[in-house]
Amino acid sequence: MTKHQEPAVDIKLARSFGLNQEEFDSIQRIMGRMPSYTELGIFSVLWSEHCSYKNSKPLLKLFPTRAPQVLQGPGENAGIVDIGDGLGIAMKVESHNHPSAIEPYQGAATGIGGILRDIFTMGARPIALMDPLYFGSLDDAHVRHLFSGVVSGIADYGNCVGIPTVGGSVVFDESYTTNPLVNVMCLGLVENKKIMRGFASGPGNLVIAVGATTGRDGIHGATFASEELSEASSAKRPSVQIGDPFTKKLLLEATLELIESGLAVGIQDMGAAGLTSSSIEMASRAGTGLEMDMAKVPLRETGMTPYEIMLSESQERMVVVAPKENYDQIKAIFDKWELHCSSIGVVTNDGHVRIKWGEKVFADIPVKALVDEAPVYERESRKPGYLDKLKQFIQNDIKEPKDHNKSLNSVLSAPTIASKRWVYQQYDHQVRTNTAVLPGSDAAVLRIRGTNKAIGITTDCNGRYCYLNPFNGGAIAVAEAARNLACSGAKPLGLTDCLNFGNPYKPEVFYQMKQAVEGLAEACKVLEVPVISGNVSLYNESLTHSVYPTPLIGMVGLIEDVSHITTQWFKEAGDIVFLAGDIQSQPDIGGSEYLKEVHGQVNGDAPAIDLQAEKKLHNFIGEAIKAGLVCSAHDCSEGGLAVALAECCFADLSSNPSPDGRGGTGLTADLSGLPGRGDFKLFAENQSRVVLSSKAEDVEKLVSLAKKYSIDILKLGTVGGDRLVIKDLIDLPVAEARKTWEEAIPNKMK
Amino acid sequence: MKFAVITFPGSNCDYDCYRAVKDHLKCQVEYIWHREHSLNNCDCVILPGGFSYGDYLRTGAIARFSPIMQQVIDFADKGGPVIGICNGFQILLESGLLPGAMLVNRNLQFICQTVHLKVENNRLPFTNRLTAGQLLRVPIAHKEGNYYADDRTIKELEDNGRVVFRYSDGSGQADEKSNPNGSLNNIAGITNKKGNVLGMMPHPERAMEQLLGSSDGALVFDSIKNFLGAN
Repeated sequence: MTKHQEPAVDIKLARSFGLNQEEFDSIQRIMGRMPSYTELGIFSVLWSEHCSYKNSKPLLKLFPTRAPQVLQGPGENAGIVDIGDGLGIAMKVESHNHPSAIEPYQGAATGIGGILRDIFTMGARPIALMDPLYFGSLDDAHVRHLFSGVVSGIADYGNCVGIPTVGGSVVFDESYTTNPLVNVMCLGLVENKKIMRGFASGPGNLVIAVGATTGRDGIHGATFASEELSEASSAKRPSVQIGDPFTKKLLLEATLELIESGLAVGIQDMGAAGLTSSSIEMASRAGTGLEMDMAKVPLRETGMTPYEIMLSESQERMVVVAPKENYDQIKAIFDKWELHCSSIGVVTNDGHVRIKWGEKVFADIPVKALVDEAPVYERESRKPGYLDKLKQFIQNDIKEPKDHNKSLNSVLSAPTIASKRWVYQQYDHQVRTNTAVLPGSDAAVLRIRGTNKAIGITTDCNGRYCYLNPFNGGAIAVAEAARNLACSGAKPLGLTDCLNFGNPYKPEVFYQMKQAVEGLAEACKVLEVPVISGNVSLYNESLTHSVYPTPLIGMVGLIEDVSHITTQWFKEAGDIVFLAGDIQSQPDIGGSEYLKEVHGQVNGDAPAIDLQAEKKLHNFIGEAIKAGLVCSAHDCSEGGLAVALAECCFADLSSNPSPDGRGGTGLTADLSGLPGRGDFKLFAENQSRVVLSSKAEDVEKLVSLAKKYSIDILKLGTVGGDRLVIKDLIDLPVAEARKTWEEAIPNKMK
Repeated sequence: MKFAVITFPGSNCDYDCYRAVKDHLKCQVEYIWHREHSLNNCDCVILPGGFSYGDYLRTGAIARFSPIMQQVIDFADKGGPVIGICNGFQILLESGLLPGAMLVNRNLQFICQTVHLKVENNRLPFTNRLTAGQLLRVPIAHKEGNYYADDRTIKELEDNGRVVFRYSDGSGQADEKSNPNGSLNNIAGITNKKGNVLGMMPHPERAMEQLLGSSDGALVFDSIKNFLGAN
């Protein structure tokens, strides 16, 4: 077994590992010799885009990451924000785009597995999952296969592990046809004094592999994630790992028990690049070295080489660093949960990672070189030609349709707007009994047991806006997430981002990325929301084009008192409905769902955004909710005011469990106080606007509070009846509109 | 008065059941690991939901072989109240404490939603605080909840008041439209001959407080406490 013969190393091999000539040269320079096969493998995965962020690092520096509530910023397995009472929320989002493109079920399932590990590794018990997903058109049979595979992969994994999937977002656009975006976010609750970090500290301490055995699945998964998909990609199906949620549940419980016991000094999950990145990142953080014997790693296949063991991405494994004397107790914990636990090496003080099989050395690399000397590139950036062309769009050239009811029905049945019940009904969103607002409102809300508090969670990003105007699109993603939280009664604490872009070597793609990140960063600064963790997913390309730039935001906010929890649904007949925020600007239908669904165009500019005004609006909503003046609050976003009002009318599922119930409550409204043409008033997606409803007796107080905050507020109408009536424009039975909206996705999936 | 929540590897509603007893009933409750051989003098056994052994073979098919299950069967044989919820119901079916089997939901998908349950039998340890015909709002969350049994068994259940809960709509109508998963006769929960073992697919432990949408499930727990207190 000790004879493992390694193939010869040359540039051809390096290229097949995803390294370029320049990188291959610098590896030889660092090593002072030709690297061994195993060494080259280790370099290639740690220097892959996925692990090194080599093309995004300079941009990520733009994000504000500090704030008093930030207990852990970027750089660890997950970020953590303080919610008081000695508790923190750990949060992280990741992508599993490429694996899901070729093997949707396992690709999505293992995405959940990976993000869960990032959270419980920090000592946090996972309390919620959110899944923002982007697919092509449901008229395409292959897209339907991807969509149903991804959703059932998420469902089967998340449901089995017993973590509620409380929401997310699903967007359908041709741009994502062959390269869907499958982003997964997890939040965990941690006692602040029990936060665990990934440090391999204390030379002489043991390096222990725990969890499942190691097989050949997922080798070079990180490298695969760092290149474009092509027709040959399906041959890489073996690069997709296989999930085992049952083992993950055991690993989660065992790991939390281990952290509770205080026996370990550092823990890290084996995610992308498996044992290689987990162990080496731990040594890098602690400034130590490692010596590991591959012969001691529990394997599930015979004849595996050190190279294969180091690069395997078999799921449900963790690295633990702990003092020798604690080993027996640690093993007892993993024995109880029927999991493997094996000491595979020691922490050293020479700053090298040494990989052996028995006595034979297969790799000996300075840790610093692998992590700190990874290449960093500032790519060439060029403004894409399409941008100026699309800005020439003149919206008044669009002919106003006569029948706005018909337009509303088309927009409501657009899968991006339509009810996502088909999706979230497959997710267990209630297990662990904390979910106070179920999927379907602006933000999911979870109460924090043992306190009177709750948290709001949301994910957002409109890729089409980012395509039309990357800077504004990025800023709007943050603004909309914060607005969703404000509407739920929450004040934002922090965000995690998943930067989904195309190939950064294309200057036009890099331009989109740079602009979008600048937009995100600007909005984070103005709205005072720090970035606490994140992920970058590049090379999201199909044969002909890049996906829309999609810098997804996941944001968490604090609700000080559960009595402040607010939902989007109208509550009672007689309540008065208002539009608060930007009611003066001319409507702008650029990039709108209406323009695409009714007029078949993706055109114009993304909506404008005034971040200062946005912030004022959130402060006002927060105050109005706390003062008890708000019955419902709903953000105006995709589909514009008409869709927002319709959604407010559609009853909450939990109060209306029968699928074909009466549908909700009616509204009589008048938009004549708003500027612009009828269809534009209804469907423009102008930012910084919120639909509020209030008890008739509170109207005066609400209006004077708005005045105090210099917020424009316009009375639109009154809740009641069973029709959605917008004077001179819309008149539809709510039940009928709801049916259109509810059945759009199930009908496509039949 | 002490409750046992049996934890199998892969159980995931054990915590919710534990909290329901502890926070709502304010009674003693302990987790009992599946490898134990004693119920520690508990007065009521809860088999919680989840995915015991990952449900990799067939729901509940492996869990029934856990050492603790022999204790649970003996406890039930002596008349002790046993409630199996969701995966716990499936384990009761596999271990022969209740008749019938679960098929995959009619739509072949996992379904998580709040449903209406119509109370059919309020003379049990688990239902004495309910009225016959009462409607409860309780969530379901399962992929294999499509109850099936042969005609004779169904007749036996129906004729002897052993159907405890039925899926219905908001007006109490139990028909095809209000049947979420395809269960025969809209059956959502059944009991054994003696009436001391209840299996139900819906999760009463998820409907314990208005903050989370419904407190109707608390009535099931109140009934058990009432029954135990009276004995």
